[in-house]
Amino acid sequence: MQPFEYVRADEADAAIALVGQDPDAQYLAGGTTQLDLMKDGVLEPGRLVDITRLSLRAITSADGALHVGALTTMEELAADPTVAERLPLVREALLAGASPQLRNMATIGGNVMQRTRCRYFRDPTVAACNKRAPGSGCAAVTGAARMHAILGATEHCIAVHASDLCVSLAALDAVVHIRGTRGERSVPLTEFYVVPSKRPDIENVLEHGELITAIEVPVLPVGARSGYLKVRDRASYEFALTSAAAALVIEDGTIATARVALGGVGTIPWRAREAESILTGATASSDAFRSAAEATIQESFTVPGTAFKVELAKRTITRVLQTISGIQP
Amino acid sequence: MSHPTRPRPDAAGRSTVVDVTARVNGNTCRLRLDSRVTLLDALRDALDLTGTKKGCDQGACGTCTVLVDGKRVLACLTLAAQCEGREVTTVEGLAGDGGLHPVQEAFIRHDGFQCGYCTPGQIMSAVALLGEGRAGSDEEIREFMSGNLCRCGAYPNIVAAIREVAGSGSK
Repeated sequence: MQPFEYVRADEADAAIALVGQDPDAQYLAGGTTQLDLMKDGVLEPGRLVDITRLSLRAITSADGALHVGALTTMEELAADPTVAERLPLVREALLAGASPQLRNMATIGGNVMQRTRCRYFRDPTVAACNKRAPGSGCAAVTGAARMHAILGATEHCIAVHASDLCVSLAALDAVVHIRGTRGERSVPLTEFYVVPSKRPDIENVLEHGELITAIEVPVLPVGARSGYLKVRDRASYEFALTSAAAALVIEDGTIATARVALGGVGTIPWRAREAESILTGATASSDAFRSAAEATIQESFTVPGTAFKVELAKRTITRVLQTISGIQP
Repeated sequence: MSHPTRPRPDAAGRSTVVDVTARVNGNTCRLRLDSRVTLLDALRDALDLTGTKKGCDQGACGTCTVLVDGKRVLACLTLAAQCEGREVTTVEGLAGDGGLHPVQEAFIRHDGFQCGYCTPGQIMSAVALLGEGRAGSDEEIREFMSGNLCRCGAYPNIVAAIREVAGSGSK
């Protein structure tokens, strides 16, 4: 690990100024991805500004949404009564991620900012990684790609965004609140991430020095049914091969509103709007669910290691919709 | 602990040394450390508390599990500098004057280990799990102990040990 200066920030604007004026500085929150990548030599900040003491850790409720301070931990959000009662898809996604130890450390802002688990990105001895070294190629495309993406992927990068939580947040139209040296702004989570294209090193719309202060999570209407299904190689403590978050409002057997997003298959948390438009107004049935799944996975980029995910993702969508609606296969 | 050296600047004039004061197993500890030192290395190398083990050192195995302000965390992914003012509990801090912690006794009674390397992490995680109220069934215990790997495969006995302590109502 490269030497760095550690600075503990007491106040958000001071932290933003410290990082904003220093291209070599980074924020440090839970550190669970960051410290790991620093040990691996992927990240080499000259200064770490520890923001964990800032007062950005409260969960408040207003205007039909939860305002979640960016430093709220994953365990804290999972334990929130409103999340448990009204947002099962968020609670289930949180508890399906990482381990209790990591969830006690990892923050919600950090979860949004987490880096990919692509083993080629995380290993600086691998020369070809467009995300780590722009223009160098992609080792994953011809490598071991079982954990990689099929949506939003190209020959330049097939790295998955590995968050479970962000899949549910994408389905809910969550909003990212950001503060920088030039003031505050808000960006919908679905517009926060950038599909890799030819510049996989550009992952989101944040400018250097900007700090995520909160995530605003709309609460589902009473009577909505929601859930998160994660398919993986182990029963627990493993990243998704495929996952799906879904929320349905069903009135007299007809789907009034539908929200669907996918994980484990996208270079960004993948909102499945095609599925939603097919579901909306349809009679809730396994046939409708399967049609929605088919429509979602139309344009995919697969390599031999990821080809199985096309069908697995369709079945994951179908299954989560069956589960939350109580309709048997 | 006093230290004669002053913080050293790096080539860019930045200090790469940190002063940290934390409570570890009830004792106040003052350390001057390289800013890169993790809580795990500080415990083992600076404080000679070698009960906490280094396994993967990348947050995958759980063997470095300790409690910080009562919550279980991974010491390998925590900078020592982040523990300023915190209360850290390691496996050495569990046993009281009356003998071993009930979880430690249960691990012995149920043979909850073979090589023993993951055991301090398993025990710290189990103590936290009981406090979280997540030992209601074998299934729940397995799910919420999944961050602690045991390559010897002592899982059935670990679950039995935790279940026994949960059933006795002891924390």
